[in-house]
Amino acid sequence: MGTVTSAQQKLGNRLANVMIVVALIVFLAPIYWIGSTAFKPRNLATTVPPTILFTPEVSPFVKLFTKRVQLKPNEKVDYDNAPWWEKIVIDGGERISRSGKGEVQLSGYPSRFLNSLIVAITSTFLAVAMGTITAYGFSRFKVAGEEDWLFFILSTRMLPPVVVAIPMFLMYRAVGLNDTHIGLIILYTAFNVSFAVWLMKGFIDEIPREYEEAALVDGYTRMEAFWKIVLPEAATGIAATAVFCFITAWNEYAFALIMTNRKAQTAPPFIPSQVGSGLPDWTVIASGTALFLLPVAIFTFLLRNHLLRGMSFGAIRK
Amino acid sequence: MARIELENVSKVFGNHTALKDLDLDIADGEFFVLLGPTGAGKTTTLRLIAGLETPTVGHIRTNGTEVNDWSPSQRDVALVLQQYSLYPRLTVRDNLSFPLRSKVRNASPAEIAERVAYAAKTLRIEHLLDRKTDRLSGGEMQRVSIGRAIVREPHVFLMDEPLSNLDAKLREAMRTELKDLQMRLGTTFLFVTHDQVEAMTMGDRIGVLNHGRLEQVGTPHDIYRNPRNAFVAGFVGSPAINLLSGRINQGRAIITPGSFELPLGALPQAATGEAVTFGIRPEDLHIVSGGPVAAQVHDVENYGTEQVVTLRVGATHLRASVPAQIAIRVEEQVRFGWLPDKVMFFDGQTGVNIGRTV
Repeated sequence: MGTVTSAQQKLGNRLANVMIVVALIVFLAPIYWIGSTAFKPRNLATTVPPTILFTPEVSPFVKLFTKRVQLKPNEKVDYDNAPWWEKIVIDGGERISRSGKGEVQLSGYPSRFLNSLIVAITSTFLAVAMGTITAYGFSRFKVAGEEDWLFFILSTRMLPPVVVAIPMFLMYRAVGLNDTHIGLIILYTAFNVSFAVWLMKGFIDEIPREYEEAALVDGYTRMEAFWKIVLPEAATGIAATAVFCFITAWNEYAFALIMTNRKAQTAPPFIPSQVGSGLPDWTVIASGTALFLLPVAIFTFLLRNHLLRGMSFGAIRK
Repeated sequence: MARIELENVSKVFGNHTALKDLDLDIADGEFFVLLGPTGAGKTTTLRLIAGLETPTVGHIRTNGTEVNDWSPSQRDVALVLQQYSLYPRLTVRDNLSFPLRSKVRNASPAEIAERVAYAAKTLRIEHLLDRKTDRLSGGEMQRVSIGRAIVREPHVFLMDEPLSNLDAKLREAMRTELKDLQMRLGTTFLFVTHDQVEAMTMGDRIGVLNHGRLEQVGTPHDIYRNPRNAFVAGFVGSPAINLLSGRINQGRAIITPGSFELPLGALPQAATGEAVTFGIRPEDLHIVSGGPVAAQVHDVENYGTEQVVTLRVGATHLRASVPAQIAIRVEEQVRFGWLPDKVMFFDGQTGVNIGRTV
């Protein structure tokens, strides 16, 4: 190992490096594009060829988080008495809408972002928890018709969301679940749990039963053995499953678009809705998208140690 | 302290019968060894007693009380497995104290510390206590898992091939240690192995299992000298017993493949002329200049104190163990004989020992 000897191997190594660079460019270019556009002045966002060098500014973020409302004649912004953070917001607003007098208010984005967090985190937690317990049952106990059940669970993922969206919408409206957080959470949990069961079954199958059996003989109940022995061993798999479920729930667009409109709307349907009428401000959309990418990146980064082992699907060292 | 009884126990997995009509009675304080080849049902028997499996039919009793429906934790058994038995991510100390922390036992910290220290001292693993289990060698792991069993002072120790992962030297040392431990604790031990040397050296009694059936139960001497059938005879003893098919004619053994004759002592009641398998242990076969049969030396294996000589008569191979100092060369012509009263007779069809003294 270590020393590369033959010319063929050298060529192979070089080729591999080139491939990695190409792949990185392909993967990272859109992220760079979004990231840079999020800090561009509006007039540079759509230039051809794209502007690479520019003075970055935060105005897209200011515009993202605020909206400007026309003031009635007798209303006036008390700029001088406003606290410093409001001044920043007002300044930002002023800078982009110098013409009219306007009041600055918080835009819909923060609440949509919060909705996304609530729905994605809760549904991920529920799906992973239910998936882990179900997978444990399938893995450790004799379940009549096990194969059929597992296939049935997976088959719920086989329909494209669009097919079930309309009937789901009608059902949700009938029971008053449309445009509610709980409605979306139920939907995403149901959607992810099948995936979680399959992934977790693979991971739990890898954990030798002997660990739990030793705990059972040592005076612990099945539940205690599950908590003390199986869960810590399955942490890697749980992390990997959680990341997959979180990404799915976080990025989900179709159901969110149909099932929500205001109160429980998540970020994915909200961001494109900002394109709106007239000339779209791509810098605002880019800043909204860039922020939207962060939670998944942070979540994945926090779990990276588990993921490296979890993604290779052979989590347990023997 | 416990007497373990299995009555008429069968265990079926799907369409595979792992155990059939097993009757076993292990006395209190006994070192009982279950011996058998892979797949004989040894581990299943152990798991049934531990409560990790439930019998398809039959009764399992501890001290006369039926425990079929008891959970593993209620049965108060300690289990030592061949592998995987240590909890990963925990230190040796945590592994040893794990059984004591359960709600069933709920030991005080002082008691835990004391018992862990005692177990560590007994098994000489005190220097490993703060190590993670994945940093241990095979022998150390095995000792820790035995340690985890002895901290509890259970009714019965169940050991499933605990020595099979150890190297030869350590295995020998651990055999002595385990036997010692059992004598000191006076607890019932059920020890499962496929290694007949372990069974012979450690067991007070041995049960030989084959294909889910108990072939014979007896003391090591009984099993060795008085096997119930050809399977037990062939499975126990190293080097293995010579099993020669032939028949009895006028008080002499006629070995068919090589067509040679050997004298016999007391005859079983089997009819003369029937197909019989003769069993003779290698140490009861002697290479002597005036022996009745001529043979060629096929192979010589030297074990230090003794050597095992494989003799060839026609197509028949026989093994004899002789002292190491006797010089024997391969392909040498020799003559040999056997001790007529040590010959065992097995039915040619069923393999049952027809000359067995009960």
